[in-house]
Amino acid sequence: MNNIELIFPEIFISLSIMFLLILGVFKKDSSKIIHNISLLVLLITAVITFNETLSINPTTLFNESIIIDYLSSFMKIITLLAAFVVLLISSNYLRTFKIFKIEYPILILSSVLGMMIMISSNDLIVFYMGLELQSLALYVLATFNRDQLKSSEAGLKYFVLSALSSGLLLYGCSLIYGFTGSTNFNVISTQFNTNEYAITFGIVFILVGLAFKISAVPFHMWAPDVYEGSPTSVTLFFTMVPKIAALTVFIRFLFVPFLNLIDQWQMILVFLSIASMLFGAIAAIGQKNLKRLIAYSSISHIGYALAGLATGSNEGIQSSVIYMTIYIIMNLGFFSCLLMMKRNNIYYEQIDDLSGLSKNHPLLSISLLIILFSLAGIPPLAGFFAKFYIFKSVIEQSMYFLAIVGLLSTVVAAFYYLRIIKIMYFDEEKDSYDKDHNLWLKLSLTVSTILILMYFIFPSELIDVVSKINII
Amino acid sequence: MNFPILSSLILLPSIGALFLFFTKSKSENKITAKYVALFTSLVNFFLSIYLWFLFDQTTSAFQFVEDRIWIKGLINYKVGVDGISILFIILTTFITPLCIISVNNSVTKRLNEFLIAILIMETFMIGVFCSLDLVVFYLFFEAGLIPMFLIIGIWGGARRVYSAFKFFLFTLLGSVLMLVAIISIYWITGTTDVVQLYELGIDTKYQNLLWLAFFSSFAVKTPMWPVHTWLPDAHVEAPTAGSVLLAAILLKMAGYGFIRFSLGLFPSASEVFTPLIYTLSVIAIIFTSLIALMQEDMKKLIAYSSVAHMGFVTLGIFTIQQQGIEGSIIQMISHGLVSAALFLCVGVVYDRMHSRLIATYGGIVTVIPKYAILFMVFTLAALGLPGTSGFVGEFLILMAAFKDNFLVAVLASLGVIIGAAYMLWLYKRVIFGKLINSELKKMIDLNKSEAFTLTCLAIPTLYFGFYPEPLINTIEVSIRDLIDTYNFSVASK
Repeated sequence: MNNIELIFPEIFISLSIMFLLILGVFKKDSSKIIHNISLLVLLITAVITFNETLSINPTTLFNESIIIDYLSSFMKIITLLAAFVVLLISSNYLRTFKIFKIEYPILILSSVLGMMIMISSNDLIVFYMGLELQSLALYVLATFNRDQLKSSEAGLKYFVLSALSSGLLLYGCSLIYGFTGSTNFNVISTQFNTNEYAITFGIVFILVGLAFKISAVPFHMWAPDVYEGSPTSVTLFFTMVPKIAALTVFIRFLFVPFLNLIDQWQMILVFLSIASMLFGAIAAIGQKNLKRLIAYSSISHIGYALAGLATGSNEGIQSSVIYMTIYIIMNLGFFSCLLMMKRNNIYYEQIDDLSGLSKNHPLLSISLLIILFSLAGIPPLAGFFAKFYIFKSVIEQSMYFLAIVGLLSTVVAAFYYLRIIKIMYFDEEKDSYDKDHNLWLKLSLTVSTILILMYFIFPSELIDVVSKINII
Repeated sequence: MNFPILSSLILLPSIGALFLFFTKSKSENKITAKYVALFTSLVNFFLSIYLWFLFDQTTSAFQFVEDRIWIKGLINYKVGVDGISILFIILTTFITPLCIISVNNSVTKRLNEFLIAILIMETFMIGVFCSLDLVVFYLFFEAGLIPMFLIIGIWGGARRVYSAFKFFLFTLLGSVLMLVAIISIYWITGTTDVVQLYELGIDTKYQNLLWLAFFSSFAVKTPMWPVHTWLPDAHVEAPTAGSVLLAAILLKMAGYGFIRFSLGLFPSASEVFTPLIYTLSVIAIIFTSLIALMQEDMKKLIAYSSVAHMGFVTLGIFTIQQQGIEGSIIQMISHGLVSAALFLCVGVVYDRMHSRLIATYGGIVTVIPKYAILFMVFTLAALGLPGTSGFVGEFLILMAAFKDNFLVAVLASLGVIIGAAYMLWLYKRVIFGKLINSELKKMIDLNKSEAFTLTCLAIPTLYFGFYPEPLINTIEVSIRDLIDTYNFSVASK
């Protein structure tokens, strides 16, 4: 077995999960220890990934069913770091709801393991295995606050609809296997016959399944309910981490075996992208709950990331990856604010609860202001650059319609971000929230705000890192 | 030139704002905050005067250029000034301290944040006039929305939320198309550097669409009829200092953009669309002047008069003659001074009576004579009386227009008459007549800071009215060069 060291991160994380399970069973009141060890595991895995795999040439393992290249390593590091921060800032929230249990970090670790497998997959079977591993962990996470009706409802809804989409996805895989005789991406790319319509059907089914996972319109219906019902820390996890993995699979699946069929899938991606951007922007206007609102906003944002992929160029992929990275930072900041809206052990999540926030919490509200303007894509904040790279790659492919629709939907989207700002800054104040927050929460808010605000000073750094991604 | 004077101009207000941000929780004393802001903006003003002093009027090349790699292989941070932009920079740095002095009376809550917003706004406005790269320009152009949105929304009047949203969304909608155009230019030519683009030129087959995309942004910002409707709302609801910034400087960004980008980058498209601009300008001049006649709210009246004055500016720019463009720039500078002063004048009486309705006032000339005199100066300047800066601009624009298109010029001249009508009628109704409202007798005349700001604005208004030479000398060479390039590329087509 050559190159086994390249999957050390995955091996390490699976061994840790087993160890933590056993520890949780035999040691009483171990939730705090397990929480801390999990944090350490995520960090160590990220370091191993960084050291071992980031700078190597693309290598395949296990009969080419797993690929380790720059894209996979970069996305894994982002996944691990995002999961790390989620775990870091969610402890207070979990304690308030008395769900600070050993299962929570372990489930997060398992879903991260599933995502890492997805990210590295170069084979339909491996990809499906990773997908199911992460999904099963996510179903449980959604219902984690099981005493609350909404949380159980969210988990059930997610489970049923996700199972449906997995079914579609498997059907697509079987079609592709049937007409090419292989599940391996590299083999598929050499085997298929472009005149075969069944292949197109297979691609469509798989795209539907993937679109469901990243909640692109018209497969988004679960997202608002699940995001609203799940515990806020889990919602944070949902809005960022699974999307990174699914987007990587999108990239790998479309650009490795089926680049020649770009005429077939480009239209689908353009449609998904336009529908998500517009629908996400319009539907968010009527929302009253911040978590539902961010669900629609995330639908809209995934539309922009897909617009990058729809170009079918390397620059497009890079711009999508940049977009997701910046989106994750903005989301972290937004949810840090949401987790700070606590008074007498009750968390508030309606938009009206932000009323007059700027008087009692000037620093919190200025951070939220910066994050919201950045989400709306107003320069000179990071969100603008994310959109700028996307539209640059879109226009380079002469897809003007997509660019104009995308930019117009930013204007619509600006409306609901402005509405939150209006409520924070222009309306009368309510009671103030608690001010004694967890240090990590404050830190994550500060760091994400500063990154967003100061991005324009060093815009080249992220591009330098991402420009090493070379798929085509 | 080693000292990065333009970057200092851009950054200095932000540093002041940062300073205010960190000192705010400690110092309860509002005066300190104001002095910090005032000091910052005054330093900036003197720096810009120094810049004018160093400025070489004999060349049309960009001066004080700074060129740094910003996004590697994509965009450079490039700033520089020529004769066209330097006057706007000085206007900005001149108006900002006056705004800060004027906040005394009008802004009662959250003074610190207000000053921060104004200083950050100054950074963005100077950035717009300095930038020599399209993306950098867009960045500053759009970023200005954030502080202005907050200024209108937090410190504005009763319908502030509606106005703030309208302002933000209108402007953003116009601007996103410009972003598409900027990226397209990058794709077509491989650069967004304005100086390089001047040399390279843009293929004529793309120019019309690109011109329209830029136009959509500038037309909203100017504002031109029929997308001017955000302006009266924004002006009426904004606090005095906000209206001043909006009228004096923000509107000039679009006029500047027309000269720098529409004429400079898309000459053949400008030729094609000149009739469109003429039509819209004439409609703006006559139609909004008529609307202004009927206004009962003083701020709204001045807001509509701004639209009419900007109509002259766009008309002058697209005559594409030396006099026309010179007239437009002088008109913009003059309008910057005069409209700022008029809004301050309205602010003065509003602070005392809390009403902007013309009907509230009447006969206050005996109560507050100093105010009446200064208000008269600016009323006359607004209607373009010879001897005020307003006359120079309008006269040059109309001269150029007569050479180019007789009908347009006649119609525009008609607008001048209506302009005189509404301004004089406003003055008559507010200042003269019988003192009916007994409340008005309690009004106090201008205090020191008000008198100071208004006098500061009156001096250049009158000085440049009698002797516009310094302005014309500064802009002359750059405009001549611009027109030569323009004529060359139109002829070579």
